[in-house]
Amino acid sequence: MKCAGARPLAALLLLAALSFLPWAGAGEAQARTLRVADQGDAMSMDPHSLNDGLQLSLTGNIYEGLTARGPTLELVPGLARSWRSTGPTTWRFELRDEVRFHDGAPFSADDVVFSLARAAAPGSDMRAYVGLVSRVRAVDTLTVEIETSQPAPILPEMLSMVYMMNRRWCETHGAEQPADKRKGMENAASYRANGTGPYRLGAREPGVRTEFERNPDYWGTIEGNVERVEFTPIGNDATRVAALISGEIDLMQPVPVRDIPRLEAAPRLRVRQGPELRTIFLGMDIESETLRFSNLDDRNPFRDRRVRLAMYQAIDIDAIIERIMRGAAKPAALLVGPGVRGYDETLDRRHPYDPEAARRLLAEAGYPEGFEVRMDCPNDRYVNDAETCQAIAAMFARIGVRVRLDAQTRSVYFPKILARDTSLFMLGWTPATYDAHNVLYNLMATPDGSGQGQFNLGGYSNPRLDELTRAIASETQDDRRQELIAQALRLHHEEIGHLPLHQQNLAWGMRGNVRMVLRADNFNDFKWISID
Amino acid sequence: MIPYLLRRFGQAALVIAAVGLVAFSMFRFVGDPVLAMVGQDATPAERAELRSALGLDDPFASQFGRFAANAMQGDFGMSLQHGRPVTGLILERLPATLELALVASLAALAAGIPVGVWAALRKGSRRAGAVLAGSLLGVSLPTFVIGIGLILVFSVSLGWLPSHGRGQTEAIGWWRTGLLGIDGWRHILLPAATLAVFQVALVIRLVRAEMLEALASEHVRFARARGLSERRVLFRHALPGTLIPVVTITGLQFGSLMAFAIITESVFQWPGLGLLFLQAIQSSDIPVMAAYLCLVGAMFVAINLLVDLACLAIDPRLRDPRPATAYA
Repeated sequence: MKCAGARPLAALLLLAALSFLPWAGAGEAQARTLRVADQGDAMSMDPHSLNDGLQLSLTGNIYEGLTARGPTLELVPGLARSWRSTGPTTWRFELRDEVRFHDGAPFSADDVVFSLARAAAPGSDMRAYVGLVSRVRAVDTLTVEIETSQPAPILPEMLSMVYMMNRRWCETHGAEQPADKRKGMENAASYRANGTGPYRLGAREPGVRTEFERNPDYWGTIEGNVERVEFTPIGNDATRVAALISGEIDLMQPVPVRDIPRLEAAPRLRVRQGPELRTIFLGMDIESETLRFSNLDDRNPFRDRRVRLAMYQAIDIDAIIERIMRGAAKPAALLVGPGVRGYDETLDRRHPYDPEAARRLLAEAGYPEGFEVRMDCPNDRYVNDAETCQAIAAMFARIGVRVRLDAQTRSVYFPKILARDTSLFMLGWTPATYDAHNVLYNLMATPDGSGQGQFNLGGYSNPRLDELTRAIASETQDDRRQELIAQALRLHHEEIGHLPLHQQNLAWGMRGNVRMVLRADNFNDFKWISID
Repeated sequence: MIPYLLRRFGQAALVIAAVGLVAFSMFRFVGDPVLAMVGQDATPAERAELRSALGLDDPFASQFGRFAANAMQGDFGMSLQHGRPVTGLILERLPATLELALVASLAALAAGIPVGVWAALRKGSRRAGAVLAGSLLGVSLPTFVIGIGLILVFSVSLGWLPSHGRGQTEAIGWWRTGLLGIDGWRHILLPAATLAVFQVALVIRLVRAEMLEALASEHVRFARARGLSERRVLFRHALPGTLIPVVTITGLQFGSLMAFAIITESVFQWPGLGLLFLQAIQSSDIPVMAAYLCLVGAMFVAINLLVDLACLAIDPRLRDPRPATAYA
């Protein structure tokens, strides 16, 4: 009786134990295959369908633009050898010779004409980058002339993420336009690709695995040595970290802030960090006559610069970076960070942390007892966003501003603040053009319904800044343009249109034998990755 | 009997309609899908145009009416996030979840039955008590803790098993299976074990209770009296009778396994329906969420209906129209 009961169990355990053994080690890396994990996946392989960092980063290994970005985001030639401005509203691009698409078709000016039209078509989410383009003409097979509706000094910058597709391939595959979700059309370009880039698209299972293969006929040099790339989305932070530690992947991002020390301490693993282009800041409702989500029903303290300065000086940013961000952030005084064109280090000086002065300022402004206000925060969008808000709420409380914190998930949070149903909110912004004008135009200029000031959710408004923003848009002379940007940023800093917080760090975890280039826009160029 | 059947089918249809309505009205509070569909540089005009082209501005009743009319024809529309038909997405993800739930169910039976029998034979011993207490722990531990714990032990410390994904899969028609190769089995072990923990505890307790009853029954005592070997008594005479309720319960639990695989799938990046649903929530992908909830609702209704019909076939009292209301 004793044996009979125990035997099946023992047999089962033995079977289980045996079955593990021959499999151990089967997951060892194949040489030159890079296994990358990210918390999300590209929605489509169509380079024009979504203006999203991860999507453009992944497809940017397959497709290329006329211009491109180097390791420090400097503008470098892409499919165009050179370009110059031939008039106030015209640009001329000289294309590279001998560039071929992955299917062997030569790349020519006609493809540029086609691709720029496609990027402007309905269903394209890249229209913001080509919005100023009014006409594209193939002068000859290797020369393109682009006319703009107004002077566009940063057109070459704006085109670095508008990737070039092959006209004939798109026409044969019925992909002349990006897949249009409104009409419910699928599109071959959503899951197949034919670019000119250093890697070709291999098998793709959306949300599961995407494979890339090195393009042996690439026109340029591929500095890295990676032959194949396997990209896997792993949404769960702990699982992604575990996969790196156990050696199932070679490279992943983001490393959760709390796991950075642990990975750094691990043998054979490394974490690389660098400041991201995105700046995190708080916005205040400066526009409303009365502060809507507060205990005041007849006035809006945020309309008073002294109150805004008090809020600013109440924030101990160093403590936030040390305790909440665990050192993985850099304090910001501007809404443009290092790496953004127009950033000026001499202007990046915060108003000093001084709660005493803040209390005095509040009293001066007529709020000796402070006031009560609701603060809106996302809790799953930025690194430790809700924790940062909690800490700031406590700091505000010390000067008498009592905050009711409302931290919500992003899909609920953003519709709310975009509807401007907020008095105090947190937002992060990466200028998609890597240029300060994008920040001025979206976050600081007076909202006018056309797109200007679209994310200026507190309604900060200064006619002088609007004027500067317009001037910057069409100023073609570099040093003059830089001076205008500095003026605008200084103005915004003095008036305290927002409360800048920090630039969070990018954090990539990798095996010790992986070398990569960390781009501040978090794009991952496989061509620069080497496995030693 | 026919009126009873009709009534049951009517009730089932009502339940599914209610699930659809509740699910659909909830979506008004999950956010604005347009935000996830375009990048930050889209203009307000472009957003508004997209919103109205998708019919998101229409009144609730007409949105729901459209959804219900299409859903009855098996068309759940296009995923706003993926730009692909929802039905196709679900069919693509269904095999992963079904295989996971199936392997978890079988594993629960394979582990739970022997341990349950053993615990019944050792009734009162300290070790059996410890196993039962341990099974209580299995019922109470949250799934993500078990999942992360297994990853920590078997992937990170021992390096035996992969921590995420499905591994190599083969296509049999539209069905992609991971159960044909060793790689697929290596990948399914941890998530299936995570999902099975609760079931194992359930099966152990069930088998033990049924077995104790069977061991005390007349026919087992008679078998012993005939001088049959102990093994034969246990496995030919006592055990089979206990398995009927076990299999029934496991079948009923299969629906919950599929529905509650969401957390397991997200921990192990298992590309099944649960993960699809979770991603849909994050991007307010209404058609995918609606289809998923309707599918889960339909599955539970179908399983319950089958059980009722089975009971109807077995229990003659249910067929009598008068007491039927009392038993329904």
